[in-house]
Amino acid sequence: MTALPTLPAAPATQDAPVRRAHGGRVEPVFYLFLVPTLVVFTAFVVVPALIGIFYSLTDYVGFGEWSFLGLRNYTALFSDPRILESYGFTLGFALVTVVVAQVIALALAVALTRRIRFATTLRTVFVIPMVVAGIVVAYVFNFLFSNSLPALATAVGFGPLEESILGNPDLAWLSIVVVSAWQTIPGALLVYTAGLTSIPNELYEASALDGASPWRQFRSITLPLVAGFVLINTILGVKGYLGVYDVIVGLTGGGPGTATSSVAMTIFGGFTGGDYAYQMANATVFLVVTAFISVAQIVATRGRAVRL
Amino acid sequence: MTTVETPLRRRKGLHRTNRLLTVLLALATLTVLVPLYVTVSMAFKTSEQSADGNAFSLPAPLNPASFAEAWQLTRFPVAFGVSVGAAALAVLLTLLLSSLAAYAIARNWSHRFFRWSMIYLLVALFLPFPVVALPQIQLTALTGLDNPVGVGILHAMFQLSFSVLLYTAYLRSIPIELEESARIDGASTPQIFWRIVLPLLGPMNATVGIFAFLASWNDFMMPSLITSDPALQTLPVVQNIFQSQFGTDYNVAFASYLMAMAPTIVVYLLAQRWVISGVTQGAVKH
Repeated sequence: MTALPTLPAAPATQDAPVRRAHGGRVEPVFYLFLVPTLVVFTAFVVVPALIGIFYSLTDYVGFGEWSFLGLRNYTALFSDPRILESYGFTLGFALVTVVVAQVIALALAVALTRRIRFATTLRTVFVIPMVVAGIVVAYVFNFLFSNSLPALATAVGFGPLEESILGNPDLAWLSIVVVSAWQTIPGALLVYTAGLTSIPNELYEASALDGASPWRQFRSITLPLVAGFVLINTILGVKGYLGVYDVIVGLTGGGPGTATSSVAMTIFGGFTGGDYAYQMANATVFLVVTAFISVAQIVATRGRAVRL
Repeated sequence: MTTVETPLRRRKGLHRTNRLLTVLLALATLTVLVPLYVTVSMAFKTSEQSADGNAFSLPAPLNPASFAEAWQLTRFPVAFGVSVGAAALAVLLTLLLSSLAAYAIARNWSHRFFRWSMIYLLVALFLPFPVVALPQIQLTALTGLDNPVGVGILHAMFQLSFSVLLYTAYLRSIPIELEESARIDGASTPQIFWRIVLPLLGPMNATVGIFAFLASWNDFMMPSLITSDPALQTLPVVQNIFQSQFGTDYNVAFASYLMAMAPTIVVYLLAQRWVISGVTQGAVKH
């Protein structure tokens, strides 16, 4: 995953041997290796994307005749409260979840790489959520949120949670944060563990001799040295959270009302709702927003991330 | 990837272990273990007991009959077979297409066509499925791919960017001298790829394969939208019958959830060292 920032270094190491081997000419068989992949990728991903962008400029409903509308779908999007609400929910959800998941994952990784017993067994357990389907996990948590949590709250007399949070428009989104974080912490945890174990132990020993507190060590040694891994985890995490769908289907179905309708859910509604072209405009905007956020994260953090 | 293991051990042996931290971490595992416990215990309850809504009570009496009912309701063997087929196709396509493409790109980086192809493929790294979903639903329906085969192909397409990226980075670390000496001995490029490069890619094949498998096996969104015949749905998708059917017993639903979760958990626990090193490899190899 760290290949992302290091990619531009490739030409320097590659050029010399390749030139020597092929004298600057490409052996035709290499095209045979690459072109099929380019063709299927174009057919299954790029062409659909272009078709979608094209139809976003029309009044197409998914079948039959259509005519050009220009940018009218796009202007309508920005004054549609349902659309704006879905973007507000999705962006807010992604932001909260990425912070929650990264903080917990990093804390667990730091703890797991300390002098503790059963480190391997504990790690094995923490990684289990990575291998189970989000939709099934969401169904299980759905039961816990609608039965067990209210029962517990009633038993201890904690008013706000006595009703299921899944039915509460102000709290339902929390359930989606919990389950999404539960599911994505293991992946981030493994990346952080790998990053932490690559930090030489001598750094900690030397700073301990100088009287550095554990918190000071974390701030001045650990954090700067895992910053690159934080970046990778955050970019991949945010991209995943922005496309959130499975977990919502299993927990709230987008409700109550439309309180937890993500952008993905709104777009899929276009296939049954007869506003295909409109939702393709929405999808195009969503693509721009996702790409912008990913690129912005890379640009904003590049250079500040110290890599080993 | 034993490098993850050794420093842990070394640190452990160096000083006294931190008891408090061990206890805190053990408590934290409850967040993982309790939902799993609830799933197992609910699955073994009778309909009457599961109806009381108490998730944490032990099953009394033990009732394994829920599994037979869940097996029939979800048509488990079919859904399982469909999931296996789609995931296998996704993994094979991902491994084949991305390793060949990455090899061509890595060894011809000085040529514009190959450099630009890399950038072209990387575009999809930031392309969420919902963006292209509606046209893809139409196209797969038009071409007769609105079935598990289409799902497998599309799953592979969304793994391509990441996998090509991993392979290309890994290929840079393989010394080219091996290939050159094989070439002098008269081996053709396809022979070199199959006999030398692909075996050398072994660890990365595992990494790419694990990511591709988990993404395909656990996905709900794409198969639920692409596959038109409900009888050909994957294991995660068929679980939704317990949401739509009124009056379904919780014990049957949870037996079904357990059967859906168990295969990957069991495989993971048996091969956990291998799975974890595979996943970690993707993060630190470069």
